[in-house]
Amino acid sequence: MNRVVITGMGVLSACGNSVEEFWEHLRAGRSGLAPLTRLAPESVANNVAGEVRNFQVAEHFGKQVELLDRFTQLALVATRQALADAGLPSRFDEAMAGPAPARVGVYTGSALGGAESQDVAYQQLYGKGATRVHPFSIPRCMMNAPSAHISMESGAQGPCMAVSTACASATHALGEASRWLRAGLVDVVLAGGCDAPLSYGVVRAWEAMRVLAPPGDRPQEACRPFSLDRAGMVLAEGAAMFVLETESHARGRGARIRAELAGYGASADAGHITQPTVRGPLRAMRMAMQEAGFSPEDIDYINAHGTGTRLNDSTEIAAIRELLGAAAMQVSISSTKSMLGHAMGASGGLELAACVLALEHQLVPPTASWHALDPECDLDVTPNVARSRRVEAVLSNSFAFGGLNAVLAVRRA
Amino acid sequence: MTDTLTEEVIAIIAKEQRLAPDVISPDATFQDLKIDSLDGVNIVFALEEKYNITIPDQVAREMRSIRQVVDALRTQLDAASA
Repeated sequence: MNRVVITGMGVLSACGNSVEEFWEHLRAGRSGLAPLTRLAPESVANNVAGEVRNFQVAEHFGKQVELLDRFTQLALVATRQALADAGLPSRFDEAMAGPAPARVGVYTGSALGGAESQDVAYQQLYGKGATRVHPFSIPRCMMNAPSAHISMESGAQGPCMAVSTACASATHALGEASRWLRAGLVDVVLAGGCDAPLSYGVVRAWEAMRVLAPPGDRPQEACRPFSLDRAGMVLAEGAAMFVLETESHARGRGARIRAELAGYGASADAGHITQPTVRGPLRAMRMAMQEAGFSPEDIDYINAHGTGTRLNDSTEIAAIRELLGAAAMQVSISSTKSMLGHAMGASGGLELAACVLALEHQLVPPTASWHALDPECDLDVTPNVARSRRVEAVLSNSFAFGGLNAVLAVRRA
Repeated sequence: MTDTLTEEVIAIIAKEQRLAPDVISPDATFQDLKIDSLDGVNIVFALEEKYNITIPDQVAREMRSIRQVVDALRTQLDAASA
C-alpha cells in the first residue's frame, strides 16, 4: 500500500483567502465571524456568519463565471492555490513534464451544492411568477460542478467525483481520495471541499432547526464550542483544496511534503438523523488511528468537529475520553469553528489545513471565544490562546447529520 | 444594411458571448462564432426574456446562424402579435 502525503493546500474562508492569512488568524485566535452581509441584515434572525470576504469574482474568472455558482468559484480558486503551493503546473499535459493527466484524480465534497443559484431560480418561479429559469441553473447547481470544473481547468483526466455527506463531505472526499492513492489507482488527487450556503433559503432552513447561535452584542464570539455558555453554530462558507500524492510520486519529483495523510476512518451511527452518538465517532477515530498506526499516547492534537451546539460538543468529548483513556488528559483539543464558523461541506477541509499548519508550526490553534468551563467538556480544549507543544500526530474529526462520521489521521512530515 | 431586429439579435448575442457587436456578421453561423449548444440555449433564453415570448424547443434547435435566429424570432413575434 502506498503512503499518502499532502504537498499543496489552498483555502478561502472567513479567516482569509490564503493559507498564510488563514494561519495568522488561527494562531492568534482571531475569529472571522461577523454580521452577515450577503443577505439584507433584517432578513434573517441569526444575522452572523463566517463569510469569505474580499473575493472579487472578476479577478479570477472571465466568461466561464456564468456557469459557476459561488461554491464552484471558491473551489476553483482554492485548487489554483493548492496546485501552485505544490509546485505543480496549473494544467496537466501529456506533452509536458509533470504527472500524466490520466493519473490525476479529483474528489470534492459539498453539503449543499449550488444553493445560491437554486435560490435565484426558485425566486424567479415562485416569487416572481416566471415560467422559466436560467438555462445554466442545472450546471450551476449540480453537486459535481466543482469536481467537473476542476478537471476541465486542470486537465485532470483520472477518476473525478463528488461526495455529499453534509458536514463531513470534505473529510469523506479527502479520505476516499487517499484510498485511491493507497491502492495505486492514481498518483495525484486534487481533493477537498467547498460550500457557499449563505443563501436566504438555506439560512432560513437552518434557523428552523434552532441550532444557530444568536449574534449577541459580540458577533465575532457567537460560536463558543465547549464553553458552558455555548449557544449553537454559526453558518459559514469557504473552500479548502489539497494536492494529495503518493509518497513515491512526491519524492520522485522532489516536492515539499507538508504532512502525511496517514489514516482515514468512516462510520455510520445507524441511529438518529440529527442526534450524535458516542459509538459512531469513536469507531471512526479508532479506524483512522489504526490505519495510521497511532496509539492513544501518540495523539497530540485533535481538531474537533466542535460545532458549538450543546449536544455535539459534550458527546464528542465523551467519545475522545473513551478513545484515549488516560491519555485523554494529555491531548490538546480545539474547535477552529470558533473562528471559521461551520462551512458545511468545506469545514473538514479547512480543519485539515489547520491540522497541517499545527504540525508544521508545532502550535495548536485555540478554541476562540471560550468563556467558562462546562463540566461535560472538561478536557484541554485550548481555550482562547494557541499552545506551543510537540505536535507529531493529529486527528481531524467531522461528524455529519445522519450520523455519518469521517476522521483523518495526519502525521508530521 | 441590416434591419433593426438583426441588430438587436447581434447585440444580444454579442453580450451573451462577450464579443464586440461589430465582429458579428449577419451571415455568421454559430460555428463561426464558436457558439456551442449550451451557449445556444443561453441565447434563446436571453431572446425569450427580451421579447417576452416562448420559443418552442423544436424552433430553438434549428437556430444555428444569425439569420436563422432572426427569421425564427420574426415568425414568433408575428405569431405573438397576430
